Amino acid sequence: MAELKYTKDHECVYLDGDTAWIGISKYAQEALGDLVFVELSEVGKIVDKGDDVAVVESVKTAAEVYAPLAGEVVEINEAMADDFDLIAKPVNEQGWIVKLKVSETSSDDLMDEAAYAQYLKEID
Amino acid sequence: MSAELKQFEEGFQQEMREGNRGLHYEESLLWEKEYSERSGVDLPQSSGIAVRTGLPERGDIGLPQVSEPQALRHFVRMSTWNYSIDHGFFPLGSCTMKHNPRLNEKAARFAGFSHIHPMQPVSTVQGALELMYELQNWLGTLTGLPGVCLTPSAGAHGELAGLMTIRRAHEVQGNTARKVVLIPDSAHGTNPATAVMCGFTVRNIPTGPDGRLTVEAFKEALYKGDENGADIAGMMVTNPNTCGLFERHIVEIADLLHKAGGYFYCDGANFNALVGRVRPADFGVDVMHINLHKTFSTPHGGGGPGSGPICCTEELAAYMPVPTVVKKGDDYIFETKEDRETSLGTLKAFQGQFGMFVRALSYIMSHGADGLAQVSGDAVLSANYIMAKLSEDYHVPFEGPCMHECLLTDKKQKSFNVTTLDIAKALIEYGYHPMTVYFPLVLSGTMLIEPTETESKDAVDRFIETMRQIAQDAQNKGEAYFHALPQSSPRKRLDEVKAARNPVLKWKAS
Repeated sequence: MAELKYTKDHECVYLDGDTAWIGISKYAQEALGDLVFVELSEVGKIVDKGDDVAVVESVKTAAEVYAPLAGEVVEINEAMADDFDLIAKPVNEQGWIVKLKVSETSSDDLMDEAAYAQYLKEID
Repeated sequence: MSAELKQFEEGFQQEMREGNRGLHYEESLLWEKEYSERSGVDLPQSSGIAVRTGLPERGDIGLPQVSEPQALRHFVRMSTWNYSIDHGFFPLGSCTMKHNPRLNEKAARFAGFSHIHPMQPVSTVQGALELMYELQNWLGTLTGLPGVCLTPSAGAHGELAGLMTIRRAHEVQGNTARKVVLIPDSAHGTNPATAVMCGFTVRNIPTGPDGRLTVEAFKEALYKGDENGADIAGMMVTNPNTCGLFERHIVEIADLLHKAGGYFYCDGANFNALVGRVRPADFGVDVMHINLHKTFSTPHGGGGPGSGPICCTEELAAYMPVPTVVKKGDDYIFETKEDRETSLGTLKAFQGQFGMFVRALSYIMSHGADGLAQVSGDAVLSANYIMAKLSEDYHVPFEGPCMHECLLTDKKQKSFNVTTLDIAKALIEYGYHPMTVYFPLVLSGTMLIEPTETESKDAVDRFIETMRQIAQDAQNKGEAYFHALPQSSPRKRLDEVKAARNPVLKWKAS
């Protein structure tokens, strides 16, 4: 199984070489509830780490999805705009929202599965 | 639900057309009524339409044809589905839904105020201008910010006016490189929207562990793009913030901002906690909007219109919108762009929502300075009372005292699979309009309750009892009971996800 990384803002990241597939964690999905709208960036957009690359909206709230690493948006998941339930699929399959071509492939802020689980316990 | 009740419900659903049930009126759309060829007025036979308009002679365009009593009943029955502050307690946090005193309405209906027109020569409406001048003075005094422009027509319009004033100041001063506006993550959603509309970039300030801004986090955001903060245009902060907490470090934060060359915009939505006691100018504010339809008791929401005057420092007053009312000798006149060239110009036609100015000044003068101080005092006391009384049944994320609203979360109820949404629906079942839910966004499952000074202790106690009952039900009755709520309302639990995903925005004959 592919190794997934997580951010403190609950993005879920799958790194395939220098391409980062970005989705949101199960925790974020549960906190938001069913999505009713996904706003995607445009392909070609250059983003810094922390810039927003998408907005996911549920009946409760709208939340930005931030770039976990700096890079360029190279692909957007247009199928997501038609079928919001895709968000629940694994990030490295159909659950990604955007793909970034990243300039650096690592960051101290990215957590592995175990560290993220620990982080979720801390913030609860 | 008992089998008997269920049967009754199902039977009723099938029966549901016109008519009523326990004086809960069911009402079809005007288009669905089986009336025809009735009319409230006798119109003369028309002729010559084709000649005058170039359009064909009048044909049937399918408008409903109902008599005057039918139309009247239709709308009055529909209006009974509404819920307003005149029906009962309206605990929306961050929205200050309070009583609209009827004295305001009486004053607004005086012929000298209600039968005038904005195109009249100002010499014939001196009383109206004097009223606006007085209101400007009161708002300037209460905020400590003497430059007052009454024209913005809503809170968000006031925000826009405030940020445009800041942008104009930077433009005139040649600081066009200042593009960043700092906004805490607890802000009202309109704040970042306004900043982006004005062409600024938003930089987030994370909330500290006690629900307030920290100087450290602020500094990090302030100097993130430039070591001296030379890219900062300003910041937008609501104080007290949307967690209902006073920003304790606001003076230090405002000083740092000013040293970096930025202006401090304060979102005045929560001014009800401060009015008559704290002048925002004293904690460093350069410009803020005031919601007359919140703090100053003019009608709110659909019953508005809203009114969002801005108040600013003498420095920024040079840039704020026109018109404003000034006094020359014994005469009141409008100051326009010709009189104040540095102004950003006009934001809307004429002078703003004049009827709201009458109501707001009526409210201010009937309370006086001491009465306004009691307003904020009572509002803060009520919120703290609710927080203290509910602190065992609900999770209180940030320790009090709070200001005019108190923040709770569903953390305790979540273990029974009962969430904030379920609690809101249960409140409807118990006859209350729900509080603000899932806002602010800094925590999950938030419930923001603002009783205002309007509610009596009895009313607040009844609400507290209801909230306690709901907490007990969460433990004892379980999720299935909650997920079926509300039961007694004309419509039961609606599928909000489906409504948002597949909105039906146009009526179609079935």
